[in-house]
Amino acid sequence: MHKLLTNQPGEKMLLLGNEAIARGAFEAGVAVASTYPGTPSSEISLNLFQMSHESDFYFEYSTNEKVSLEVAAAAANSGVRSFCMMKHVGMNVAADAFMTLAYLGVKGGMVILSADDPFMFSSQNEQDNRYYGKFAGLPLVEPSSVAEAKEMVKYAFELSEKLQEPVIFRTTTRINHSNGIVELGPITPPQTQGYFKKDPMNLVPVPAVARNLHVKLLKNLKLAEEIAAQSEYNFIDGDGELGIICNGVSYGYAKDALKELKLENKAKILRIGFSNPLPASLIKDFLKGCTKVLIIEEGEPFMEEAVKSFAFEEKLGLTIKGKDETLFSRLYEFDPVMVTKNIASFLDVAYTPPEVPDLSDVPEIPQRPPNLCAGCSHRATFYIVKQAAKGMDTIYPTDIGCYTLGFLPPLSMGDFLVCMGASAGASCGFSAATDQKVIAFIGDSTFFHSGIAGLVNAVFNNHNLTLVILDNGTTAMTGHQPNPGVEMEKLGLEGYNRISIKAVVEALGVPKITVIKPFKVRKSIKAVKEALDFKGVSVIISEEICTLYAKGLKTLKVRPFHITDKCKNHKNCINELACPAFILENDRVRIDPDLCVGCAVCAQICPENAILPLKNHE
Amino acid sequence: MDVTRLIIVAVGGQGNLLSSRVLGEAALLAGIPVRMSEIHGMAQRGGVVESAIVFGDAESSIISDGCADVLVGFEPSETLRAVNKCSKDTVVITNMTPLPPFTVAIGRGVYPDLDQLQTLVKQKTARLIAFDAAALAKEAGNVLSVNMVLLGALIQTGILPLTAEQIKEAIRTKTKKAFVETNIKAVDLGIAAAAQS
Repeated sequence: MHKLLTNQPGEKMLLLGNEAIARGAFEAGVAVASTYPGTPSSEISLNLFQMSHESDFYFEYSTNEKVSLEVAAAAANSGVRSFCMMKHVGMNVAADAFMTLAYLGVKGGMVILSADDPFMFSSQNEQDNRYYGKFAGLPLVEPSSVAEAKEMVKYAFELSEKLQEPVIFRTTTRINHSNGIVELGPITPPQTQGYFKKDPMNLVPVPAVARNLHVKLLKNLKLAEEIAAQSEYNFIDGDGELGIICNGVSYGYAKDALKELKLENKAKILRIGFSNPLPASLIKDFLKGCTKVLIIEEGEPFMEEAVKSFAFEEKLGLTIKGKDETLFSRLYEFDPVMVTKNIASFLDVAYTPPEVPDLSDVPEIPQRPPNLCAGCSHRATFYIVKQAAKGMDTIYPTDIGCYTLGFLPPLSMGDFLVCMGASAGASCGFSAATDQKVIAFIGDSTFFHSGIAGLVNAVFNNHNLTLVILDNGTTAMTGHQPNPGVEMEKLGLEGYNRISIKAVVEALGVPKITVIKPFKVRKSIKAVKEALDFKGVSVIISEEICTLYAKGLKTLKVRPFHITDKCKNHKNCINELACPAFILENDRVRIDPDLCVGCAVCAQICPENAILPLKNHE
Repeated sequence: MDVTRLIIVAVGGQGNLLSSRVLGEAALLAGIPVRMSEIHGMAQRGGVVESAIVFGDAESSIISDGCADVLVGFEPSETLRAVNKCSKDTVVITNMTPLPPFTVAIGRGVYPDLDQLQTLVKQKTARLIAFDAAALAKEAGNVLSVNMVLLGALIQTGILPLTAEQIKEAIRTKTKKAFVETNIKAVDLGIAAAAQS
């Protein structure tokens, strides 16, 4: 049995934040859960996916975040509890549905989780999604610890049902990817059978209806503010004239700082866990009891701007600071020493930060960026396209996935990246604005997510470009989740249909379609050259299963290669492919037999044919 | 109770997250408050994996520069890279088996000299325990048990509020049954190695 299904209330478990959130949704009796995977949210859905096989609730990997939100919205409007989770930028994809769903509201509880990523550990931006709460006029809650996250998910469902609105549950990476001790609670059996009652005057927002719905939304928002003022998740810790207002992980840093600075009896903390709408009355009362207030929040000055306007409304003249050149930045994440230092400086208390070692005599340590795996089919495809495009003045728009790493040298295949699916759309613009050869890369999951619309555009407007679809049979980057092109039978799962990328591309009327097997290097280079020479839209589908995925499925036949005495040290293999299985020893290339899986791409490019299968390898 | 801060750095695939998990489970068994944070965005793609583990009465789950009481490095250059987390009071435990990054192989960096690396770490911290954990892992019967060898060495220092028996209990109850025996042997070899250094 999946450990998160354990029915032992009171049992303590060490859980990852994302596991605690999945457990919270399960305890709350979630009936329908949907997602498009994205770090740092991915383990929530991975756990729910696994749990759903042994439980009554429904789970799906949807094609993208917008579809996922629509699925959950309809389920909640059929009266059951639904949970939709995504990474922060996924909210941008879902925003169209999200903004108007706020007008429609829900019947069963609906929680939308946004996993923000301050410092961009695995993201292209660090947008602060608290603004989505404000933008849509929806309630937003955010936990400060792993244990609190589980409880807060249940609260969010109850709040959603009380207000008949979806509730946003906002996390940051340090909640998602922290572990803490969590006490299991009782499990509410899910009510999985919903019923949709027709109510077009509230659920079909044509202008006349929408005008009424906006009124309802604002009424709900006012009610939400009253609830926020009473919420157990907005509370005051300690006592004193000095005030701190904080949210999320900053609360832990502030607590530790006050202890270290021995200010526990001089300063009080207002911890905001229900942060949209902000509880104006609670904050105003807090300000009245303070001589100065420091606001500690990662990201944007979301609370700070509101708190300053509350002080203005109350004609309070106290000093309120937060984002400031000498205090907190809008950039990256905070850490305990930074918070302690800023509290000490703001409150004029002595503090000696820990001494950091002098690193001036430490030699430069070689970087260790993530790399495409040994035997990764993307490396082969990049090499093939690079060879086929030799002599062309190229632009390589790329997309979101493992293959983004192809932008690193020596492959250097990636010139422009915006967001999921943008390689296809951006290619059209490059084709319109330049005479350069446009060759875009997109993965299978990303193609289904939002690449298809860009390709439709390319065909309709007759752009001159080549789209290379890297079909490795899984959503590799986020941990091998299914996508509509995946063979679900391989995972032992039935009841799904598989969509053929080639059939989709053919149906769109793409005039030149080429399918390659990238581990056949010479044949593929020839085929790719023809596709690149085509004037108009050409699509190359590069089909080869992800090595890591194959390893997981136990279908990978490992057959390591080695470099024989015939090697004349051209080093084409290492210089052009940079596979992590290569080791440079005394200026000679060696292949690590424990890493090499035997894709044989290097063997095909060696001018001396010196790379051969290793015999008798166990 | 006092707060003890531990940083573990490793290369993706070295089993850092499992060793953190064992420590966390051992703390749970021992009734010691624990919070851990990990950065593993692209661990499987050969990047650096860093875990921060805070034992005792604190709320934070991450560790600022200069604040680690112990640093455990699974790979020597990664140990050196993480020295910013240390102070002159920090105890450092490191495996000495290098895993050079591919940037070195393609001539975009020079791997640090191992003797100089040890001298530098020693100068900047309280104590360095450095040994070939990969060889001991092999001796234990599984080259992948470097993580357990280093856990043994860590426990031997007595810095963590945990006993060797608690660690072994967590290994017995929370890791894959097939590896329990080699993992416990690896812990014992790590304990012996740290005792001799």
